[in-house]
Amino acid sequence: MFSNILIYFVVIPLVMLLGLALCQNIKQIRAVAVVGSVALTALSVWLLIDYLGLRAAGVEDPMLYVDSWSWFAPLNINLAVGVDGISIAMLILTGFILITGSFASWEIPQPKEFFLWLVLLSTGVYGFFISIDLFTMFMFYEVALIPMYLLIGVWGSGNKNYSAMKLTLMLMGGSAFLMLGLIGIYYHSAPEGQPLTWNILEIVNNASISLGWQKFLFPMTFVGFGVLGAMFPFHTWSPDGHASAPTAVSMLHAGVLMKLGGYGCFRVAIYLMPQAANELAWIFIILTGISVVYGAFSACVQNDLKYINAYSSVSHCGLVLFAILMLNTTAMTGAIMQMLSHGLMTALFFALIGMIYGRTHTRDIREMGGMMQILPYLSVCYVIAGMASLGLPGLSGFVAEMTIFVGSFQHTDLFHRVFVIVACSSIVTTAVYILRVVGKLLYGPVYDEHHMTLTDAKWWERLSTATLIVCVAAIGCFPNFFADLIKFTFSPDIFKVLGLN
Amino acid sequence: MDYSQFLALKQEIGLLIVFLLVFLNDTFASPKSAKAVPAIACIWMLALTCFGFCQASAPATEAFAGMYFTSPTIVAIKNILNVGVLIVLIQSVKWANSEFTAVRRGEFYELILLTLLGMYFMISSRHFLMFIIGLETASLPLCALVAFDKNRYESHEAAIKYVLTAVFSSAILLMGLSFVYGLCGTLYYEGIYLAVSSNFGVMMVIGLAFLIAGFGFKLSLVPFHLWTADVYQGAPTSVTSYLSVISKGSAAFAFLVVLTQVFGSIYSQAWEWMLYALIILTITIGNLFAMRQVNMKRFLAFSSISQAGYIMLAVIGNNAMGVSALMFYILVYVFSNLAAFGVIGAIENATGKVDMTDYNGLYKTNPRLSFTMMLAMFSLAGIPPFAGFFSKFFVFTGALNGTNSAALYVLVLIALINTIISLYYYLLVVKAMFINDSENPIATFRSACTERLGMWICVAGIIGLGIVSYVYDYLLTVVA
Repeated sequence: MFSNILIYFVVIPLVMLLGLALCQNIKQIRAVAVVGSVALTALSVWLLIDYLGLRAAGVEDPMLYVDSWSWFAPLNINLAVGVDGISIAMLILTGFILITGSFASWEIPQPKEFFLWLVLLSTGVYGFFISIDLFTMFMFYEVALIPMYLLIGVWGSGNKNYSAMKLTLMLMGGSAFLMLGLIGIYYHSAPEGQPLTWNILEIVNNASISLGWQKFLFPMTFVGFGVLGAMFPFHTWSPDGHASAPTAVSMLHAGVLMKLGGYGCFRVAIYLMPQAANELAWIFIILTGISVVYGAFSACVQNDLKYINAYSSVSHCGLVLFAILMLNTTAMTGAIMQMLSHGLMTALFFALIGMIYGRTHTRDIREMGGMMQILPYLSVCYVIAGMASLGLPGLSGFVAEMTIFVGSFQHTDLFHRVFVIVACSSIVTTAVYILRVVGKLLYGPVYDEHHMTLTDAKWWERLSTATLIVCVAAIGCFPNFFADLIKFTFSPDIFKVLGLN
Repeated sequence: MDYSQFLALKQEIGLLIVFLLVFLNDTFASPKSAKAVPAIACIWMLALTCFGFCQASAPATEAFAGMYFTSPTIVAIKNILNVGVLIVLIQSVKWANSEFTAVRRGEFYELILLTLLGMYFMISSRHFLMFIIGLETASLPLCALVAFDKNRYESHEAAIKYVLTAVFSSAILLMGLSFVYGLCGTLYYEGIYLAVSSNFGVMMVIGLAFLIAGFGFKLSLVPFHLWTADVYQGAPTSVTSYLSVISKGSAAFAFLVVLTQVFGSIYSQAWEWMLYALIILTITIGNLFAMRQVNMKRFLAFSSISQAGYIMLAVIGNNAMGVSALMFYILVYVFSNLAAFGVIGAIENATGKVDMTDYNGLYKTNPRLSFTMMLAMFSLAGIPPFAGFFSKFFVFTGALNGTNSAALYVLVLIALINTIISLYYYLLVVKAMFINDSENPIATFRSACTERLGMWICVAGIIGLGIVSYVYDYLLTVVA
């Protein structure tokens, strides 16, 4: 079991949990958190290099490092793991956000419990990304959701009880639909007389889910994951949840957890039920199109920095789902790049907001101004994050959105064209709300005299933000590298399996 | 008569011996050594549980002209009950030795063992006469147990309510049985099974409805649940935990046996839709009422009503997977609910507080108790990686096994949405303990070692049962 590299993505967090439980003081806790998350990131980078090596050597399986260990044998439930380029990209993203998140919560009160929950959450996230067994995937998915309740409830701010409960119940509500969908998939996963299976690869090969069932199960799973992807009208947990959550949790949640939604929509809903996806995509294109536009417009009128960013996340994550539903290689590549880009960028945003809030004790942009004079480092970082968000070439947002819109525009019918244009309009709106914040918050006169005494970023804050900026710029400057990594998953073979294009 | 038939009753005889030993020990113990009676009862119960495990591979046997039947499945469910009773007994040692109950501590253990004997017979019977005897043996001592806190008014009220409902529900059950007997001419399960399809008609549906109503009272399915909250609140906590877990578990299994093995052939005509309606009502109404409760025992009463609905979900599939899912669900429910009651009992014994608001800020003063409670709540709500998630999952898969019926998919969806409602109120408890602040939280205290032992067993069960797949696999092989 332990000869497979992937299993260590779950083992390391578990060891971290154990280590944290034994920690006596804050130094040890920090050490465990940093060492563990660095180890995880290093492991994922090593995995990437190894993966690229295997691909270069001509290995063409859809998933690599595939392995399976029996768990509940009568139901054919296995702990099955395997990764492709997309999963590896997500693993790397998680690693970086975990490191930066640990640095961002350097001085959190009750650190032991905080990191215990945070690491439990990341166990779920890692487990989700490496699983190719629907049951274990779902289990890790829920493991990732529940710590949010306590993380927001105990360490959050503002209307935290309401937000925590709303977030937990809405996400769990999504997973209720998801569970039914998954059980349904299981019972139709193999032709009559053959053993049923939870394994994604086997289900794809069997291709035995009839169109009628697909039409029932596709919406179930898509909505189930879509809730976490902040799909309209199930996005309302996101602004409240993100606004109340402590910095590191916002970072992880917007940066990684919302990606679980997009990833799940692709990996389960579309990958396993392509025909239904093809037929029903229009419903969800409308919904996600609304997410994109509505999120962007809502962000324009908010005054709380976290709300602005949360609505912006709704918009950007909507774009991910929007692109996935286009069902072609280019748009899907864009979707994956947007996931990475949004994950890093939004984590950067939330980290910066947390740092600013930690100093000014307000997140209301009407009460702040002229931060560029007081906190030059943080302000510059904020501008960079903003530019990435509104799609400045050279940063990650541009390449991702560009690819998505080019891919989406490949559909020639009126319906798709109209919605692509509508979604494109969000780029303008994004520029509006980003520049509004930058103008009000960073430039102009200093409103509050107390703010003059604030000090700029400390070393751990610089480290955390600089890491993220480097990543954002890296995606922007070398998009081909990422596109190639991802493109392999969408080889013509896969689309043959999908029965499309 | 062939006396070797008694050998089939090994577990019942073992239980009877344990009962007699406890009884004699209690009667002849000197005032000094009387304090040890509860501990000794626990040890005997442990021995019985181990003995039960040794019987696991005993072959299926009939005795007494087919009135009594035992099989690996039945031994397994008895073992599950044994484990539950053992935990209940361990958890109540401190309470039994407390000032007001010390005079009658022996009775508590004796009555509990007697009810368990009744449940054994209820589960093993293959003839309705035997079944009724078992049921009554189980119900009547329970009435005495509910009234155990004789200095408390609520305890009396609860006992009266319980005794009236128990008698009333038995009467309804017997009414249903008389219909069935009139139509089929026999009370043997097998005889009815053979006769039921050819005699199917309105009368049979009415008889079955009475029968299901009678079971509904025992299982506290909505709309037969009205006694539950008052009785759970009024009874001493140890008795409440016993009622909610063991009594419910055994009744659920007996219900399953009656529905599938006696009326299995009229599944789709008669009882599928009755059960369908009952499940929706039970889960939904149990959940909706649970949200508003402030008293922890009432809260768990409504939670246990909705849990009974989930247990019934395993029956509606009418297949082997459902049976094993039901047994697994009961086992997990035993651990989760007893963990919750263990914490409630420990806090009640130490401070006398049972309201949810009293739990505010508990994590700061009693982190371990809060942690146990949280695990119990998460397990009851079905959050992975705790056992409750797996048991719920298996119940759902069991209900949908081998069917493409849209109605059942809708039912499971309703049940799944209800898990979210239930998550809300289970999280309220977690919120009270971990998030809310309190002016005067429950002071830090050290619970008795027996209470801690009971909770440790439960926590081990909650964490272990899901991750270790052996138990479920075993139950499935036993059933198949």
